[in-house]
Amino acid sequence: MESVTPSQNNWLQKVWFSVRIPFLAIILALIVGAVVLLVSGSNPLEAYAQLFKGAFGSLKNFQRVLEKSTPLIFSGLAVALGFKAGLFNIGAQGQLLLGAIIAGFVGFSIKGLPSYVHIPLALLCGIVAGALYGAIPGLLKAFSGAHEVITTIMLNYIAINLTDYLSDGPWKDMSPGNIVSRLPAIEESAKIGTIGPVPIGFIVAVLIAFLIWFVINRTTFGFEINSVGLNPHASKYAGMRTKVLIIAALIVSGALAGLGGAVETQGVVGRYQPGFNAGIGFDGITVALLARNSPIAVIASSLLLGAMKGGANTMQFYANVPNEIIDIIQGTMLLFVTAEMVVRWVFKMRKRSETEITVTAGWGQR
Amino acid sequence: MDTLDLTNDKTTEATKMTGKETLILEARNIYKTFPGTIANADVSLELHRGEVLALLGENGAGKSTLMNVIYGLYTQDSGEIFLNGEPYSINNPHDAIAAGIGMVHQHFMLVPVFTVLENVMLGAETCRGPFLNKKAAEAKLRQLEKSFGLEVDPHAIIEELPVGLQQRVEILKALYRDVEILIMDEPTAVLTPQETEELFKIMRRLTERGVSIVFITHKLKEVLEIADRIIIMRRGHVVGSATPAETDEHGLASMMVGREVILEVDKLPAEPGDTVLEVKQLNVHDANQLHSVKDCSLSVRAGEVLGVAGVQGNGQSELVEAITGLRRYNSGEIWIDGKRMPQEKPRVLVENGMAHIPEDRQKHGLILQYPLTSNFVLCNYYREPYSRHGVLNAEAILKNADALIERFDVRTPSAETSAGDLSGGNQQKVIVGRELSRDVSLVIANQPTRGLDVGSIEYIHQTLIDMRDAGVGVLLVSSELDEIMSVSDRIAVMYRGEIVDVLDARDANREHIGLLMAGHA
Repeated sequence: MESVTPSQNNWLQKVWFSVRIPFLAIILALIVGAVVLLVSGSNPLEAYAQLFKGAFGSLKNFQRVLEKSTPLIFSGLAVALGFKAGLFNIGAQGQLLLGAIIAGFVGFSIKGLPSYVHIPLALLCGIVAGALYGAIPGLLKAFSGAHEVITTIMLNYIAINLTDYLSDGPWKDMSPGNIVSRLPAIEESAKIGTIGPVPIGFIVAVLIAFLIWFVINRTTFGFEINSVGLNPHASKYAGMRTKVLIIAALIVSGALAGLGGAVETQGVVGRYQPGFNAGIGFDGITVALLARNSPIAVIASSLLLGAMKGGANTMQFYANVPNEIIDIIQGTMLLFVTAEMVVRWVFKMRKRSETEITVTAGWGQR
Repeated sequence: MDTLDLTNDKTTEATKMTGKETLILEARNIYKTFPGTIANADVSLELHRGEVLALLGENGAGKSTLMNVIYGLYTQDSGEIFLNGEPYSINNPHDAIAAGIGMVHQHFMLVPVFTVLENVMLGAETCRGPFLNKKAAEAKLRQLEKSFGLEVDPHAIIEELPVGLQQRVEILKALYRDVEILIMDEPTAVLTPQETEELFKIMRRLTERGVSIVFITHKLKEVLEIADRIIIMRRGHVVGSATPAETDEHGLASMMVGREVILEVDKLPAEPGDTVLEVKQLNVHDANQLHSVKDCSLSVRAGEVLGVAGVQGNGQSELVEAITGLRRYNSGEIWIDGKRMPQEKPRVLVENGMAHIPEDRQKHGLILQYPLTSNFVLCNYYREPYSRHGVLNAEAILKNADALIERFDVRTPSAETSAGDLSGGNQQKVIVGRELSRDVSLVIANQPTRGLDVGSIEYIHQTLIDMRDAGVGVLLVSSELDEIMSVSDRIAVMYRGEIVDVLDARDANREHIGLLMAGHA
């Protein structure tokens, strides 16, 4: 027993070392949120209690948390994978929208398929749409040096307007009485169900997270992605095709976001409708940063954000606190995670050691 | 005008004063620690008026830390500094300059597109109302130039001047601010032997005028030539002092390293075989379409070392980058073992038996955040046994790292340690180990010993010679002429992107190579 303890301690220490900054950032954000609540005349304890109840108070509530978390896992993975390759993929939102609308189109327009064909087909089309849309900034970066932050932001606008046009134009739901812009509901055969309270989409997301973990940490492709992200010069020296890797990373990133959109359409919304996916891609940035780009931790940080989103309505209703407080807490969290210095200062921690993960490696380096 | 009078006064004072009274700067018991390292431990030194004090030590010995403390870039943890007998506390270089302390950095702090005059004025502008008074400044500068014999055209643009003259501008900058103490950090690193001689003449003129100089270096020959007194530092401590008359290169080297060192590389005559590397008419243009490398042709045979000598920045880096596939070349051909090599394909080169020890080990040679295990397979991670069907084999990678750490004597806590946590010498051993443990026929080593301690330098030289003796062709590029001369069998000299001559190392002499490096063919 004695001989085992030190290594266990070591292991625990390691885990604590890598989670302490996000963990403390969450605590700080909740404190800031409490202050805001106090100032606006609410009781923060009651608000947080209602938030918790709203998220975990019943099986149904918990199912909603899982539903909210699912697309966040996908977009979080998309952003995290980009970071691993030294790329800041702000375009997860656009890639996700295209995945969602294409899955929605395949879901309603093809009829008479058995679900074991229809579901994967629609998902696959969503993946391909996201991947192709992710390839654009990759190609632009590799061949013209255009920075992916700029191009993905612009591509987001294109995606938003393109999907708005399609859902109010050629693919609009023409069923009698419908006046809003949206696609027709997908066929039953394209819908993804649940196992008990757990949405199948959530299970898929968790499995994909483990798959991405494996790819990044255990495969030669992952080795190359990490290398390019940490040191593109040494990667070129080592004979890696850095341009191809940049494109590949953004394609996989786009595919993940596209899959997230498709799962949302087929598993939660049941059709494509503008506005239903708003912000998920951007929340992916928060998720990835909170998770410090670890695919497994992405699951945890998605659940946290999902719980806050899921519990928000209850909090608003019973504690009479506006929903926007959630955005404030989420934003503060992100601020503290990125401004790590502040957290260290508040908790009087020593400077980062070299072995810790640098979340921001590669930003604007090229 | 003021400056002139002042310096004249100083000279007379200096000649009058003797013994303790000439003490101008004194550091007592300086301690400075950084997390994990003690940079200075109980370091004391005295600097007298009008002397050249050489601060000798290997990289990481604490020389620069000490000078940065005196120049106000760092604050010491404990210990005191006295200037002219008064306690002196300095928080930034601005205070230091005001107190009469100037520093010439290893990397010049000049604005390349400004003129000499503008650079000298910068930060100490003489103004008339809101406008610069360039006339007054120019008069002062010309006076300085004349009185110290440091002629430079005040209206020349910095980037058009040779390095030796740029350094002169740095010195003028300090003199313009009326410094009495000049700290020079490795000033000869970028100079040809002739330029070095010229610098030494200037240094002597400065000391005659009462300026005191701290000369930081790791080059033994230079210390013996120019210094009045020598202080030797090792691992943060002052380990000894000497005058040039009392000591010689061997004595200094063993004090610096802490044991006997072999300064010459022991080697048998080369037995060259077939040509392994053939470079034909290589041309590399820079971003402005100017030639970085011009019509370069060279060949390296198996079992010989071809050294490429030259002052830094004469196209050596571009030449090596083109040969090793890191940079596109505009025309020319590169052949390895009789096979034409494609452009910009490092992996093809590696698979054809090339090993590359890159100039910048932290930029190209290593991924600092990676553990040694990953760095040791950086160029062949995709091959069996390190990877199978696209999945890495952690066990084989670890085994490889353990074996290489053992064989190349890398000092590291474990194979899982990040490369960035190792010292420069050990980082270089990781690269050397990785590159030379493969089955190679050609080694390209660019500045392989830059910034390393004497022990590591010995080791790397010996390893290169061992490779040569095993029938490998070696292309060694270095701006350290001593290194080129002691390791190479043939020496090519580069000047402004061209190979101006190739000599047999046996009948090459320093002076002749120095002239070639400076463009006097």
